[in-house]
Parts: sequence; structure tokens; C-alpha cells
Amino acid sequence: MSNKGHASSRPFTSPIASMVVTVIAVLWTVPTFGLVVTSFRKKEDILSTGWWTAFKNPSFTFDNFRAILFESGGTVGEQGMIPFAINSLAITIPAVLLSVGLGLMAAYALAWIPFRFSDHIFYGLFALQGVPLQLSLLPLLTFFATGVQLFGHTIFPQLHIVGTLAAVWLPHTMFGLPLVIYLLHNFVAALPREVMEAARVDGANHFEVFRRIVLPLSVPAIASIAIFQFLWIWNDLLVALVFAGGTDDVAPLTLHLSNLGGSLGSHWENVAPAALFSIIIPLIVFFSLQRYFVRGLLAGSVK
Amino acid sequence: MITFGSILSSSWPKIFQIISVIVLFFGFYGIAFAAGARIKGKKQNSLAIGLFLVPALILVMTGLGIPAIQTFIESFKNADSSKWVGLANYTNAVKDPDIRLAFINTISWVVISPVIVTTLGITLATMLNKMKREAFAKSLIFMPMAISFVGGSLIWNLMYAYQEPNRPQTGLVGQIMVWLGFELKHLLLWSPWNNLFLMVVYIWGFTGFGMVILSAAIKGIPTEIEEAAQLDGATGFRLFRTITVPMVRTTIIVVLTTAMVGTLKLFDVIHTMTGGNFKTDVLSNRMFDENFVYLNYGRGSALAVLIFLGVIPITYYNIRSLRLERKH
Repeated sequence: MSNKGHASSRPFTSPIASMVVTVIAVLWTVPTFGLVVTSFRKKEDILSTGWWTAFKNPSFTFDNFRAILFESGGTVGEQGMIPFAINSLAITIPAVLLSVGLGLMAAYALAWIPFRFSDHIFYGLFALQGVPLQLSLLPLLTFFATGVQLFGHTIFPQLHIVGTLAAVWLPHTMFGLPLVIYLLHNFVAALPREVMEAARVDGANHFEVFRRIVLPLSVPAIASIAIFQFLWIWNDLLVALVFAGGTDDVAPLTLHLSNLGGSLGSHWENVAPAALFSIIIPLIVFFSLQRYFVRGLLAGSVK
Repeated sequence: MITFGSILSSSWPKIFQIISVIVLFFGFYGIAFAAGARIKGKKQNSLAIGLFLVPALILVMTGLGIPAIQTFIESFKNADSSKWVGLANYTNAVKDPDIRLAFINTISWVVISPVIVTTLGITLATMLNKMKREAFAKSLIFMPMAISFVGGSLIWNLMYAYQEPNRPQTGLVGQIMVWLGFELKHLLLWSPWNNLFLMVVYIWGFTGFGMVILSAAIKGIPTEIEEAAQLDGATGFRLFRTITVPMVRTTIIVVLTTAMVGTLKLFDVIHTMTGGNFKTDVLSNRMFDENFVYLNYGRGSALAVLIFLGVIPITYYNIRSLRLERKH
């Protein structure tokens, strides 16, 4: 690939590289494209031929979408898919707000309020970030039902939230916090010391410094981490499966979709549009806010 | 027929709940900040810690810290946590052929998929660097990151769909096998290769992550170093091997370890695509089944602890590098 004389200025920059990249980009897109095409095909077509043949004699339809969204008593449930989307929103919005809101304040406290054990707490949180949430699922579920008692004292009250949306967004908030605090700490700790000290000299206390300086300066970091959290929580299955307790009433899209995929198996005329419906919101979030999303990823991984 | 009206009326309590969480959160902290701003002197430090840090700490301890300890204790008890059984859950788990298979599968997941993700990621990042239409190709490869693994699993279920050989195939992969003259197989039932087909879903979903992060690292390599190497005659693959890879070594490790932790915990793909059947079970899915299907809490907890043991070396390594970094 290198022709001596004029050395190629970068590794792998050649027609072969372009070809490889193109092939991979196509390979990565084809499966999703197949789902999109399938969701617009007629039921009998889906069953009898592959989706790639659909362009030879095209006959596309919106019926599948009408069926999953507006036909009651259909295979996807009494109320169609939209209530599940609302559940997803009602889980994701509070969890993102609380984890990012509380996380930012905690990050500020750990970075700028000097106190004993501050470092220990920071490392402790960082270590907890590595704890697989599998380790917490069952005890946490029990906590919600009975509360936490230690040496006869109630540390955490019994919450009557089992089977409600709060039982799903609260664990998401808890599980998300260590990573959010760590990422925001990276950012908040790097704010210029002079600015913070100047404000302190002017008599501003921590509440004012946080509100007038830290909050406005952190908007880009908040945006990127909020998007990251949004996608992570929206796309979660395990937490929903455990804490939504098998009731359709609070099940998010992913949970319902996973059930559909299992129970309806080959009913692609329902599964395909339902899957497409469930990925539309994250895809919109992703494509419109891609730059922030990437920045959020980088904040956690490249230093 | 469902109307928007009926959906709205049944979802109103949920929308109300979203709004009340928002109002309560901002209301509480609004008042706290207004009151806190008036307090001067030493007291404000403890008040700020109490309002800024303590709520998050309570949530993390309740959600992760205490439950993790509890699971650890549970793992030494029997199925309904009524009796101590010592290490029995662990030894039985090792003896059980199904769990042993889940072990082997988990190990192959943790070894194979992170390596592929990282290799593909750095190759793509290097090739794409300064290429025309870089952003467009990146977006396409990165897009699956936004799709849930449940969605991804269904997308790939469609790719792997199988029909009897005498019928037209509806899955693209099966069709390609036919075109190429291979024997047609029901891919998700074809053990042990079905494990690889499941890994494809993860690799498809996660390669974009590796690519984007490695790409940022590659762009951070000082051009002087690259130019110096080129003056010495390094081009193409040699430049890649002697300059690019060593310069982004830390980032390669970040991608590799993130993917390892991800695969160790991976649940959605197995649960959605095979449910752990056809010899594709992994620890994380098995742990879920033990706890929530067979109701064997002792063994489920033991499996969760085993997953944790797998994560520990990685966490330890990360904390060590973090401490080193903070010292500088």
C-alpha cells in the first residue's frame, strides 16, 4: 500500500482503506435498513420473501404502524405501543434529572468543599462504579418492599412504590449516580481556581458559587452527560425487567419489545414496526445531539 | 380503535408524575439555595455538604453499597435464605453442567468480543482519519450505539431468520449462505457457533464506541512524531504498528476494559434472542433466571458475586491509574 518515493502521509490512506471503510459502513447499516423495510411491508410479503426483494415489485404500506399504535386489543396490547413510550419517558426523565442534578451538586462538593474523607468518598464512589448492578437487584427490590434496618434502626424507610414508575426510575438514579458524579467531577474540578476564589473573596458562599458560576459553566458537560444517561436508561432492559415487576402498566418500550420478540416470534408485521418505533426517539436524540454525545463519551474515557 | 384522547386520559397520571418530580426537585433546591445563600461562616460548609453530597451518597449506598454486601452474604445461604450453607452455592455452581457451560460461554464472550471491537475500532479510526466523508461514515457505524440491545437483538433476529430450505429465505444471512452454496442452517440453534452470532450483535452495537474514542486519541497524536517517523521511512502498516498503536495505548486499554466489563454484564442480547437456550447461556442471564425464575436466591447471589469477581481486577487497575493520574 505504500509506494516508495512519496510516502503516504498517514497509515492506511489508500483506495483499499476507503473500500474497507465503505464495506463496513454498509454492513453496519444494512441490518437496521432491513428492519425499516420490513416494517413497511405487507404481512403476507414478509412471510413469503426476504425484505431485499421488496424493491423488485414494491408494495409498501402503513398498516403495520396503524395496527401497533391505534388498534385496540391487537397483539401488542390493549392500548397499543404509545403507553409504553410514555412509560419510557416517565422513567427516563425523572431518572436523568435526579442523577444529573444530584450528581452535579455532589461533584461540586467533592471538588471544592474541603472536608475530611472527601478523597475517600471520591475513591469509594469510583469503585462502586465498577460494581455490576446484578449484585444489587434483588436486595434493592426487597428494600423497596420492607425498608432497610441496621441494628434496629431504620436507615431507609419502607417505600410503597413496588409496581409504580418510581420503583423503576429510583434504581436508575441510584445506579447512574457514581458514573455521573465521576464524569462531572472531572469537569467541575477543572474549572479555573481563580474564578472560584474571586467569588469566594467577594463573599459568595457555596450556594451562590454553585448557582452563579458552576451551574452556568457546566452546561455543556451537563448536556453531554444527560444525553448519555438518557440513552442508557431509555435502552435498559435489566432494571426494567426486575423493577417493573411484570406489569404492563409501568413497562417501558424495551421490556414490552423484548416480550413481543419472544411471544410473537415470527410476527414480524408487528415486531418490526414496534422495534422501529422504540428506536426512533433515541435515534432522533442521537442524530440531533451527536456532538454532545461524543463529548460525553470522551469525557469518561480519554484524559 | 385507539384515539389520542383515550391514550391521553390513561397516561395523564404518568405525565402528572413526571411534572411533579421536576417541580419537587427544583422547588426543594430552589428554597434550599435561597435559604443557603443567607448563611455565612463555618456553618455553610456542613450545610452545603448536607444538601449537595448527602442525598447522592444515601442513594448510592442504598442502591449499590448495602445491596452488594447483602448479596455477598446471601450467596452463602440456601435457596430461600433460611440457612447457612457455606460455599455450597459456589461448589454446586461449578458442578452444574448448565452453569459450567454459562461460565465457558461468558469467558469466550469476554475474550473474543472486546478484542474484535477494539481491533475493528482502531482499524476504522486509523483508516477514517482525515478521510473524505469521515463524519458520515462514522455516524453510520456509530448509530447502533443509540439503539437498545433489545432493538439490536430484534434487528439481528431478522437477519438470522430461517425458513425451510425449499422456501424462499426471509433472513439475509441465510440467503447469502444459499447464494454462496453453503448448507443452510438455523443460525441461532447451531451450537456452538450461535454464540458467535450473538456476539455479532454486541460487536455491531459497540464498535462505534471504540472507533469514536480511539479516533479522538489518534487525532491527539502530535504531528511532529508522525512526521519524524515518516522521515525515518515508516509508512502504511509500519507507521500504524510503531507509532499509532503505542501512542494510543492507554485509550486501547480503556476500550478493551470497557468492552470486557460490558460483555461480563451483558444480558439483553441473550435474554431477547435465545433466552439462554441452545447452549448460549451466560452468567448474567443465568443469574437473572436463578433469582427471578427458579427463585434460588442463594445460587443467584453466588453467580452475581462471580460476575463481580471478574470485574474486580479491572476496577483495581482503573483505580490505580486514577490515583497515579491525580498525583500528577
